[in-house]
Amino acid sequence: MDRAKEYWMANIKLVIVCIAIWFVVSFGFGILLAEPLNGIRLGGYKLGFWFAQQGSIFTFVALIFFYAHRMNILDRKFGVHED
Amino acid sequence: MDLKTMTYIVVGLTFAVYIFIAIRARAGSTAEFYVAGKGVHPVLNGMATGADWMSAASFISMAGLIAFNGFDASVYLMGWTGGYVLLAMLLAPYLRKYGKFTVPEFIGDRFYSKSARAVAILCLIVASLTYVIGQMKGVGVAFSRFLEVPFATGVYVGMGIVFVYAVLGGMKGITYTQIAQYCVLIFAYTVPAVFISLQLTGNPIPQLGLGGNMSDGVALLDKLDQICVDLGFAAYTEQKGSTLNMFLLTMSLMIGTAGLPHVITRFFTVPKVRDARSSAGWALVFIAILYTTAPGVGAMARLNLMETIQTGPVGAVDGNIKYDEAPAWFTNWEKTGLLAYEDKNADGRIQYYGSGLDAQAATFGWAGNEMTKVDRDIMVLANPEIAKLPNWVIALVAAGGIAAALSTAAGLLLAIASAVSHDLLKGILMPGISEKSELMASRVAMAGAIVVAGLLGLDPPGFAAQTVALAFGLAASSIFPALMMGIFNKRMNNAGAIAGMLAGLLSTLVYIFWFKGWLFFKSTAMAPDTPEHWMLGISPGSFGAVGALINFTVAYVVSKMTSPPPESIQHLVEDIRVPSGSGGPVGGH
Repeated sequence: MDRAKEYWMANIKLVIVCIAIWFVVSFGFGILLAEPLNGIRLGGYKLGFWFAQQGSIFTFVALIFFYAHRMNILDRKFGVHED
Repeated sequence: MDLKTMTYIVVGLTFAVYIFIAIRARAGSTAEFYVAGKGVHPVLNGMATGADWMSAASFISMAGLIAFNGFDASVYLMGWTGGYVLLAMLLAPYLRKYGKFTVPEFIGDRFYSKSARAVAILCLIVASLTYVIGQMKGVGVAFSRFLEVPFATGVYVGMGIVFVYAVLGGMKGITYTQIAQYCVLIFAYTVPAVFISLQLTGNPIPQLGLGGNMSDGVALLDKLDQICVDLGFAAYTEQKGSTLNMFLLTMSLMIGTAGLPHVITRFFTVPKVRDARSSAGWALVFIAILYTTAPGVGAMARLNLMETIQTGPVGAVDGNIKYDEAPAWFTNWEKTGLLAYEDKNADGRIQYYGSGLDAQAATFGWAGNEMTKVDRDIMVLANPEIAKLPNWVIALVAAGGIAAALSTAAGLLLAIASAVSHDLLKGILMPGISEKSELMASRVAMAGAIVVAGLLGLDPPGFAAQTVALAFGLAASSIFPALMMGIFNKRMNNAGAIAGMLAGLLSTLVYIFWFKGWLFFKSTAMAPDTPEHWMLGISPGSFGAVGALINFTVAYVVSKMTSPPPESIQHLVEDIRVPSGSGGPVGGH
């Protein structure tokens, strides 16, 4: 497998991991599993409600920076970075 | 100083700043006009994207939606933020690497077809124009409320301001103005929220205050749930609508966010591919500041409203506030017609309760809910008054609402102008046009778009809320799938992409028009717009996700049956997948 293909596969793998987390915190914890999670408390929040209105958004922010950081490492490793 | 004078001063000052910036950042080349010369720092670009993204809907309407729908309004919070994850990973870096100016340009080149480009122009203009009409209306409302001028005058002033800085400055002027507008709107949004959170929970951070305890030791959300249930409303933190609909609406809003051209274009303005990735993160940071504050604003406003009216035990003779003793904000908003009270049982007191209490209410001598209208859009604007904050805070909120509407309108107008001048004129109709004439054409196109949007905003066909759903549905079902397949599926060809875009676009349009009426003329609707008539209970606003699925499926099947794209296109796709060789800033340096 050539380098470009390898780089692309590594990127796809990372994207799949990130999208899975994206899906789980919002559609999973925030919608589908919100009711059972509401049985657990986080301070004055019910957990399902917290994920739907706060937690998912914080996770989204962290995810993008995580992805950007890992991609910078990948870019250098495969020598496809800019400048 | 009275509120009106104060508002004139604050709003006037912010306008002076916007115009000053626009004159300083005047665009001299098409690269500067369309993409700010690709030289905007990723953090600043993130801030500008935040202002671009957060419209009057985010600033004014969202907290009100949350206040009255509780948990169910989470779809807007997740839907309007989650799209940035898709943007950062699936679109932004690759489109930046490709390095052109507009979304239709990429679609036209990648699918080697002028028809594909034309379809993309159509989707872009319809989606952007419907969205911008709502913004102009928002500007008009904010002006007429706070500056006490007629609604039409408000729209004209708004048109004039946008004209000056967007037409002169292009993307460069818009970007730097939006940075200033972001500062104004976020300050205006968080200041009242901090004060109210402090008053109710003793915690100045609304995100923590919402999960905190009230002075009596009961958690704020538990207390809110309790009051809601006692008064016959659904519990605040519990789900009321169908799960399928919540799921699909969230998905439509997310995909729509990632497919709206004025947002995508923002990532063409950064110097490097890696900046496009981090800039999406910064954009979301700046958006999240408002979006995680909004749930606190909503819940606390609802609590304040109910406690203002229901001062004692439910059902007690003196448990409800007397109308004569209602606070000033109550009567102020009553004057606008957005809050309405009717003394149905003629006891001089206000009863506000939900349908769950109807049977019991009769035994209290109540004759029905007397708050006959509580417009959810007033919540953010009334908040500072409810919390008894000083006039300068109220003036600031007015300036913030106007900043939110203007910044989004400018971004959308630029997307429309570049689609007309760069894609339609230069790309399809007059390929030989000089850069100078193209720049002139885009300024004329933008002026034209401002006039059209302003006039439609003056006399909105009465479908502002539906058209926002349409804009997202269109972007989700047409533009996003085409872009994503163009990058991730090397085998995707022109026939597949065009068939997919048309199938997604038309199915979504037909589904919306079926229930909302053809071209939104209500009398032509084919079925009532109620859950029992919707297909599988899917609301028209949620259909964008289904449209996107149709787009992907049709495109895949058609591309399998037709010949693969030429070698050169496959090389193009391989090239955009790696960051190196993206080229630095262009023009004006």
